[in-house]
Amino acid sequence: MTDIAWIELALTAARPQAVGALLRYFRDLDTAEEAFQEACLRAIRTWPEKGPPRDPAAWLIFVGRNSGVDAIRKRARNEPLPEEEAFSDLSDAEGDMADRLDSSHYRDDILRLMFICCHPDLPNTQQIALALRIVSGLTVPQIARAFLVGESAMEQRITRAKARVAKAGIPFETPGAAERVERLGVVSSMIYLVFNEGYSAGIVNPDSAAFCDEAIRLARLLLRIFPGDPELMGLLALMLLQHSRAAARFDVAGQIVLLEDQDRTRWDRKLINEALALLDKAIRHRQPGPYQVQAAITALHARAPSAQETDWQEIVLLYDLLERIQPSPVVSLNKAVAVSKLKGPDAGLELLEPLAERLQSYFYFHGVKGGLLMQAGRNREARDAFDRAIALANSPAECAHIRQQIDKLSVAEPL
Amino acid sequence: MLYAILCYAHEETVFAWSKEEEEAVMGKLMEVQEPLMKAGKLGPVGRLMPTTAATTVRKGKEEPLVLDGPFAETKEVLLGFYTMEADTLDEVVAFSKKLSEVNPGSSSYEIRPFYVFHPNELGKRETST
Repeated sequence: MTDIAWIELALTAARPQAVGALLRYFRDLDTAEEAFQEACLRAIRTWPEKGPPRDPAAWLIFVGRNSGVDAIRKRARNEPLPEEEAFSDLSDAEGDMADRLDSSHYRDDILRLMFICCHPDLPNTQQIALALRIVSGLTVPQIARAFLVGESAMEQRITRAKARVAKAGIPFETPGAAERVERLGVVSSMIYLVFNEGYSAGIVNPDSAAFCDEAIRLARLLLRIFPGDPELMGLLALMLLQHSRAAARFDVAGQIVLLEDQDRTRWDRKLINEALALLDKAIRHRQPGPYQVQAAITALHARAPSAQETDWQEIVLLYDLLERIQPSPVVSLNKAVAVSKLKGPDAGLELLEPLAERLQSYFYFHGVKGGLLMQAGRNREARDAFDRAIALANSPAECAHIRQQIDKLSVAEPL
Repeated sequence: MLYAILCYAHEETVFAWSKEEEEAVMGKLMEVQEPLMKAGKLGPVGRLMPTTAATTVRKGKEEPLVLDGPFAETKEVLLGFYTMEADTLDEVVAFSKKLSEVNPGSSSYEIRPFYVFHPNELGKRETST
């Protein structure tokens, strides 16, 4: 790795903390981003010669703040002075930077930066795009490629999202304990959205597949600053476990390989071990939450040496728990699958019945239903369910997977 | 004398490495270790999982406290370690310098002589990297 490559990594790593702190000073996202940009340019000029600073984030905040102040002063010569409240802490701009970087501050800086990307008025895709731009520092073309849209369209989307966030007013006061917990919850779902965007793209679109790594990086960052939060441990464990199967989820032709058919030697044991360590830590807190339970379910798959040795009994119990703490028809659908593994397809189909109405336009519902009907030997009905699934498929890979199932039907009972 | 070489680094940077970058660095580190390994002087080598996977047991007033996270919250954290047999400190310093040269993520290597309490086969069980 060359020096410049290392510097770029250090800049990316320092970004959430640095932009978060600059946002607190300048109280304006654009000013904060420009100041950070300027500090990065200076870093690229001076670090190769002088060597990287011991604390890159502190350096970038200090330099960024000074350059931001300069920019505001230059503008002020031509414009009336900005109101005093427009930015804070400028009087002690030369103050001791170690002091400024007191950990209690920077935790909330990073959390705030992530939180403003999660404005409830923004649709999911805009939340993801905004977070990747502002928190992760991905470029607009990178994000555009991942979402399969043009650069100018993505640029517009991000600009609109930023304007929406600015209009909403950024919450600058230090949050109270209850508020902090609420913010952590909202930010956690945003991170999981980023992950899922990458996960569902799979190998079809490597640009968005990289979102999985990015989501894991953001979750690790959050957990480092809030080390005692068991749901964060659960979220990180869940993503690590799902990501550990990345190399086994698709075959060479790009077709989906179901969990039970995956080559488990291709699962990434390093990620699995880290996730299991996190889950063990989380469980000690005795505060179960949806991410922890989902991670525990996924961990049971990871621990099973083969699909046949999966502990379905325990998985059904965990789904019961998940249904209680986070009831949703999708959770019930997953439970139905687990029950069918334990008691046969009829038991699973029975649990699907009450979900039919709410999940009628959900691809997986019809895929699962078709699969269970096929197992029960009700091929004609299975065919109907699979046809419905194909009509609702979200990707060519999903479509192809259902077609394979239909082929199996035809073999079993030539039409 | 037995020495432990403790590798400290900026965790955020190291865990932002892509798979390719990670593999490139690991490959170079392996090259540096090979001569020692062949000479039978290299002991167990370990990479620590991220500090988010760490738990600390700290002496409390009555019972020891179990805390989430690493022992100290610092910018640079312990990321891995090597153990080796050497006759002189110079040998260990030379080896550590070579490691440092090929590892852009590391900021320092702390050299600490140590005693072995329980020599055993534990290292052989966990060979996955």
